[in-house]
Amino acid sequence: MTAGTSPLTALRVTQRNLLVYRRTWRGSVFGSFLTPLLYLGALGVGLGSFIAAQDTDALGGFTYLQFLGPGLLASTCMQTASFEATFPIMGKISWRRNYEAILATPLQVHHLLFGEAGWMTFRLTSISTVFLIVLVIFGIPTSPLALLAIPAAILTGLAFFLAIMAFTATQKNDAGFAAIFRFVVNPLFLFSGTFFPVDRLPDGLEFIASLTPLYHGVALVRGVVLAGPDLASWPVHLAYLVVFSSIAGFLAYTTLRRRLVK
Amino acid sequence: MLDGRPALGRMIPALTAGTISAPMTTTPDVLIRARALTKQFGALTAVDGVDFDVHVGEAFGFLGPNGAGKTSTMRMIACSSPMSSGELSVVGMNPTKQGAQIKARLGVVPQIDNLDAELTVLENLLMYARYFDIPGESARARAAELLDFVQLTDRANDQVEPLSGGMKRRLTIARALINEPELILLDEPTTGLDPQARHLVWDRLYRLKSRGVTLVITTHYMDEAEQLCDRLVVMDHAKIVAEGSPRELIERYSTREVLELRLTDATRASLNGRLDSVAERVEDLPDRILLYAADGEQALEKIHAQQIPIESALVRRSTLEDVFLRLTGRTLIE
Ligand SMILES: Nc1ncnc2c1ncn2[C@@H]1O[C@H](COP(=O)(O)OP(=O)(O)O)[C@@H](O)[C@H]1O
Ligand SMILES: [Mg+2]
Repeated sequence: MTAGTSPLTALRVTQRNLLVYRRTWRGSVFGSFLTPLLYLGALGVGLGSFIAAQDTDALGGFTYLQFLGPGLLASTCMQTASFEATFPIMGKISWRRNYEAILATPLQVHHLLFGEAGWMTFRLTSISTVFLIVLVIFGIPTSPLALLAIPAAILTGLAFFLAIMAFTATQKNDAGFAAIFRFVVNPLFLFSGTFFPVDRLPDGLEFIASLTPLYHGVALVRGVVLAGPDLASWPVHLAYLVVFSSIAGFLAYTTLRRRLVK
Repeated sequence: MLDGRPALGRMIPALTAGTISAPMTTTPDVLIRARALTKQFGALTAVDGVDFDVHVGEAFGFLGPNGAGKTSTMRMIACSSPMSSGELSVVGMNPTKQGAQIKARLGVVPQIDNLDAELTVLENLLMYARYFDIPGESARARAAELLDFVQLTDRANDQVEPLSGGMKRRLTIARALINEPELILLDEPTTGLDPQARHLVWDRLYRLKSRGVTLVITTHYMDEAEQLCDRLVVMDHAKIVAEGSPRELIERYSTREVLELRLTDATRASLNGRLDSVAERVEDLPDRILLYAADGEQALEKIHAQQIPIESALVRRSTLEDVFLRLTGRTLIE
């Protein structure tokens, strides 16, 4: 028996999460359908009707609904991934000790990390697929290129998942999570280009916003959904997200290992 | 295949067939060998240079109070915790380099249950089988066998959380057996269980032992050590202070019998060492006096002869508790 030697072994960890998810997936899929529907209805259509009368040049010539839809897709992936990287991971590290149980078998810390990332990828795929369908219902995508929004949104979610997992692995309890949502996730949601272009921010803040992974995620998803004109910026956003996720993944591995192997 | 015995019995030939490749200087029947094994957490030394050998087929115990370093030792053997220094070989392999291969051949029952609370009883076993790369069909057969072995077949599809402490413990034991290990590490297998649940666990462990599985058990209960262990080491303050079978240890460090006396404070104050002559050794505990003698009744007669007023007297055989008291000056459970 050579368990633990194949990279596919990490899929066991993914499989474990899927086994649990089997009982709850219906509610979760419904939720991921309803949330964008509500947001796009209220903000995109409702609020957007005011904005149309004002200034669509700032939105690159698109309607507010078109502008908002893909941004929300990227933001939703960030939020789900951030949540999944906090309480559920903490539970497996210390409250329920699932990782301790798994590490008593031939599986190792990198299997945990890749397995969880695999699971997150699955969740992000289903969320962004459902979300994209909602965008289609609202008539937002302009070309089949919009399908690329799914991998782009997954990459955005993974960047947050890995970075926050690295943070979670250093925490003794859940007290720090409120701060992560209050000072990182929510401000990014509001100011990283989901609801309005970042060039509307004061210069200093615009610069800070443009350094965040959500800014690049939103820009990339919006770019492919609207087949936006600034094609040249796509590789920059993509490269940023890949580099950020790689560093976050490495940090998640080191912190998780330090926490679990001692 | 499903009746439990043949599959569990298969562990024995696997052991004797010489599957152990031994890069270290281990004799074939030594499953675990530790020399100067040490574990440090920063400035704290949790395990301080311990030496021991565990042989194939025996039940080996670590007896010691809380904080003695038992769990730290077990976690090093389980390849869950890297050793700080010393030498360790487990099933003939090196935990530092061959952790995953060693783990494939071990069963681990940790001190604190870590069952998967989001899965059912059966799913806990099936999922664990997946971690060991056991294919679906044999995993299902094995899980059914093991549920039967730990008497949880009727709870197979229940969630884990509502199970009693004893049931969870048995499920953890079943889970540790899913990969047909030749060596099982049990960290305080019955701590926190009521007497009935305890006996049920002990009974399952006897059966495993009689099938040739090697057991390593930590405990701070002297009765558990006496019941289960062929051989044990007494641990205190990160060190091994004695080693032997329960009987050898009692013979070496205690007398055959013990006379337990309860006296009034006034009597105690007026003793002036008068008890010293009636026993080989006297231990003054806060609530009683222990007199160590080969013949407890005879010692009691001598005390009566001295006309010392006694509140109550009890003659019993020496236990490992007495050994521990002798070695450390303290009782096991404070
Ligand atoms: N992860 C850890 N970090 C720091 N100290 C630890 C850790 N684990 C155990 N210790 C310390 O090591 C000593 C031995 O603990 P342990 O091995 O759990 O003893 P036992 O199992 O005999 O009760 C104790 O003083 C304990 O506080
Ligand atoms: Mg312990």
